[in-house]
Amino acid sequence: MTQSEGELAVTELTFVRRYHLQPLAPPARMTGALGWLRENLLSTPFNIALTVIIALLLAWAIPELVKFLVVDAVWHGTDREACLEATQHREIGACWPFVWERLPYFIYGSYPIPQRWRVDVFFAMLAIGIFWLLWLNAPRRDLGVIYSFVVLPIVSLILLHGFAAIGLPVVDTVLWGGVLVTLVVASVGIVVSLPLGILLALGRRSPMPVVRLASTIFIEFVRGVPLITVLFMASVMLPLFVSEELEPDKLLRALIGIALFASAYMAEVVRAGLQAIPKGQFEGAMAVGLRYWQMMQLIILPQALKITIPNIVNTYIGLFKDTTLVFIVGIFDLLRTIEVARIDPKWATPVTSTTGYAVAAIFYWIFCYGMSRYARAMEMRLASGDKR
Amino acid sequence: MSTDLTTGSARVAFYNDPKVRSIVYQVALCVAIALVVYGATTNAIDHLRRAHITSGFGFWDDPAGFDISQTLISYSSAASTYGRAFWVGLLNTLLVAGLGIVFATILGFTIGISRLSSNWLLAKFATGYVETIRNIPLLLQLLFWYNAVLKALPDTRDSIAIPGGAYLNNRGLFLPSPNFLDGFGAVLLALILGLIVAVVFHLWASKRQERTGERAPVLWVTLALVLGLPVLVFALRGFPLSFDYPQAGRFNIAGGVEVLPEFAALLFGLSIYTAAFIAEVVRAGILAVSRGQTEAAYSLGLKPGPTLRLIIVPQAMRVVVPPLTSQYLNLVKNSTLAVAIGYPDLVQVFTGTVLNQTGQAVEVVAVTMLVYLTISLVTSLAMNIYNRSVALVER
Amino acid sequence: MATNAESMTMPETTAATTGPTGKPRRLATDVAVEIVGMNKWYGDFHVLRDINLRVMGGERIVICGPSGSGKSTMIRCINRLEEHQSGRVVVDGLELTNDLKKIDEVRREVGMVFQHFNLFPHLTVMENCTLALIWVRKTPKKEAEEVALHYLKRVKIPEQANKFPGQLSGGQQQRVAIARALCMNPKIMLFDEPTSALDPEMVKEVLDTMVQLAEDGMTMLVVTHEMGFARQVASRVVFMDEGQIVEANVPSEFFAHPQHERTKLFLSQILR
Repeated sequence: MTQSEGELAVTELTFVRRYHLQPLAPPARMTGALGWLRENLLSTPFNIALTVIIALLLAWAIPELVKFLVVDAVWHGTDREACLEATQHREIGACWPFVWERLPYFIYGSYPIPQRWRVDVFFAMLAIGIFWLLWLNAPRRDLGVIYSFVVLPIVSLILLHGFAAIGLPVVDTVLWGGVLVTLVVASVGIVVSLPLGILLALGRRSPMPVVRLASTIFIEFVRGVPLITVLFMASVMLPLFVSEELEPDKLLRALIGIALFASAYMAEVVRAGLQAIPKGQFEGAMAVGLRYWQMMQLIILPQALKITIPNIVNTYIGLFKDTTLVFIVGIFDLLRTIEVARIDPKWATPVTSTTGYAVAAIFYWIFCYGMSRYARAMEMRLASGDKR
Repeated sequence: MSTDLTTGSARVAFYNDPKVRSIVYQVALCVAIALVVYGATTNAIDHLRRAHITSGFGFWDDPAGFDISQTLISYSSAASTYGRAFWVGLLNTLLVAGLGIVFATILGFTIGISRLSSNWLLAKFATGYVETIRNIPLLLQLLFWYNAVLKALPDTRDSIAIPGGAYLNNRGLFLPSPNFLDGFGAVLLALILGLIVAVVFHLWASKRQERTGERAPVLWVTLALVLGLPVLVFALRGFPLSFDYPQAGRFNIAGGVEVLPEFAALLFGLSIYTAAFIAEVVRAGILAVSRGQTEAAYSLGLKPGPTLRLIIVPQAMRVVVPPLTSQYLNLVKNSTLAVAIGYPDLVQVFTGTVLNQTGQAVEVVAVTMLVYLTISLVTSLAMNIYNRSVALVER
Repeated sequence: MATNAESMTMPETTAATTGPTGKPRRLATDVAVEIVGMNKWYGDFHVLRDINLRVMGGERIVICGPSGSGKSTMIRCINRLEEHQSGRVVVDGLELTNDLKKIDEVRREVGMVFQHFNLFPHLTVMENCTLALIWVRKTPKKEAEEVALHYLKRVKIPEQANKFPGQLSGGQQQRVAIARALCMNPKIMLFDEPTSALDPEMVKEVLDTMVQLAEDGMTMLVVTHEMGFARQVASRVVFMDEGQIVEANVPSEFFAHPQHERTKLFLSQILR
């Protein structure tokens, strides 16, 4: 009926449709699970072979992983005996009692136990700051920026380090360790690198030749050398450069190294954002009579930073991973505490190391992957904002 | 009501004149930097003097007195100098970085292209790889490979025998070392000759195609020349290659060539980590070429192979090469993590052992930084030249 | 100017079948394109419903309709840039199936001009035109360049031969795209909204080129909103909506006396 009407159109010069065709369902071989399989996995012989190989690989790898982490894992115990094949007479997976027992060490390092509440307060304040800044619909986000970049650092410093006058006993940074140190290093890096990076980026674009030269030399120098050499320079050479009385704290030296390093990379990211701002914005601001710093603060930087948020977050992800390098200059970040713990003879088993590394991997992965999802969500949001 | 408009600009107070301000700022910056540098230098000299540490590069020719576990050039703890140790370390860095770049590129391109595959399983697998590896710190991955995998291999007594005459244990991988006998020189000559002839053939085939339109089987001929010819000469000369097989003893393995677990762990870790980033760079490059290009090529009758070669890859390369070079530089800089697992690269040997023994922190760290800085700057320069030469011509 | 309804007969040319003589080549059969009962789905979406169309050699078909009606999809099925799921598509006697050889043959005989030009930005104008000749038809370089120059003259921009696409205006780029397609000496030309991406002042130069091509007897299927062009040159106007052909007629009748409700609605919106 309706189908044969169309056949007339093949030979006729004039055609007017009489019956409107409703949409039909696609042929069975195209849709549903079968269709999807055909399309995506089995379309050519090569694809079939590929699918089989990968499926076999996953069929081996995933069960092995689950076996190690869950099925064969030991969940209770007091020492290595619990995790040895000889004593348990079965195949052993991850040795979780090792993690439970050492967890406080992984989190606080050697921070004195009665003072650990201070670290908890720090963690809580940090969480508040993160949420306040990242949640886009939060109230008074400008206050959030001041909180995160000014209030939080000062209060945390006093809280964690101690200030005898107000009754907080001083805790030497040598005792800090684990997640505490990782988060301190990362936060300091994040908080310092953005403002310093903005200054460097503006400096690099400055019309004043001396300022431009100094900024460029700093940025290119720091970006051209490995982070380890910067950390070595900070930890070995810094004491030489400062006068005798100031014996810079070991952690402080590492913090300075990381902060300077991150600033140089952040500078390039901000510079790319500045370059994307059309000249008209600068001209418009100047025409209205704004002076340099007002123009930057009110017009240019907000736009530039908004564009480069995904790249800024990517730099932060790199920074978070780079905190592990303080290990090499003797700071007890999370990775180092795990290294120290895994060779403890009390827990010496063939699976201890892997278990420790698995815990560290999960911790870092959650943070880094979380940040990357946030960056991607930001990217989507920014892209959609440009569509009409 | 002056009608003279040619007289100079309005009179501004000198402290509001932008030119004056600019000069003042710059002078202030110079003074500040000079003060900092001066202060730092005097302090350093003071400290060093008090610690009785000499300055200058005299230590370069002093005897080293320590062993290095992997040396590509001759080195002995008794007779070699600190300077020699520097070169040993540098060569080790270049070795692991060079091989790392090769492996990471191959793996990275494979994973990057796989992510765009129409095979859902392959694409998801590649994505999983990238998302996992990229979000775990490199140092953690290195420690895992070194401590949890390689150091967990059996002892020398229980070495794993690999077919082909190799042994694997927790002291390393022991491979048969090749002995190049008389006549192997001819094989190398054949290889070089094959390469030259292949290049000439390429040129001739291009010219011929321009003249007649016919395309000669370039691929097969090149393979025959570069692979087949040396193999033929090798056979004709009586297989001039013998192997020194490692002999497994109770406490030791004698003979053969040893691949250190430190080297293997570093190479493995660097390659796998950097490959994840290279995969993303490659994916972005391929996606940057719009679908319309493929469609236009197909609608002209071009087959997928030539389309890829003539249209897609040249355009993708423009987008891929700059960030790819960046990743290569990152790999070179990341190789310095060798110090965490004891691989004797430049940092471990020089900024580690030599600095500890001589105490001359300033000179040692400065030299090390200079080496990496040079590598970075030279590469950036080369990259800028490449970028300019392939830039698309626009209005 | 052949605008009459009897353009179903063969064009009055006795041109040779090869070489750039300025006249299109003869088709192997009278029928250039035959689409019978063609259906296409994107996933669950029924994008083309029961398409039936026969295009004779020398005809100029203008296809119009609201966006989303499937016009572009339909002509892209003709050179297999899109696959159809049911029905038959036969181009110059060759049926389009999964047979790769047939697909290659069809693509050699059918030229396509895209809305966004799709010129190869890393090659000069000359290289854009000679690429397919050298690599698909295995033409020697000199000969290929002569052919390219001939067609560049026909689209009136021979002086731009050594420029890169990025240096040309939109109208010039589209004319190069037309020349590039013509260099392969196709029997049928497909145009997918060729002027939609152009600034208004450049639309005329491209349309003029297409009118010239039509007058020389080329079989053309053109998806466009340019009704002036349709009136001037089309042998038939086909109106599509919601994936099906709703009305088809000669231009004079189509614009003066549209029969179907939807055609009337569409024309009232387009022709203020």
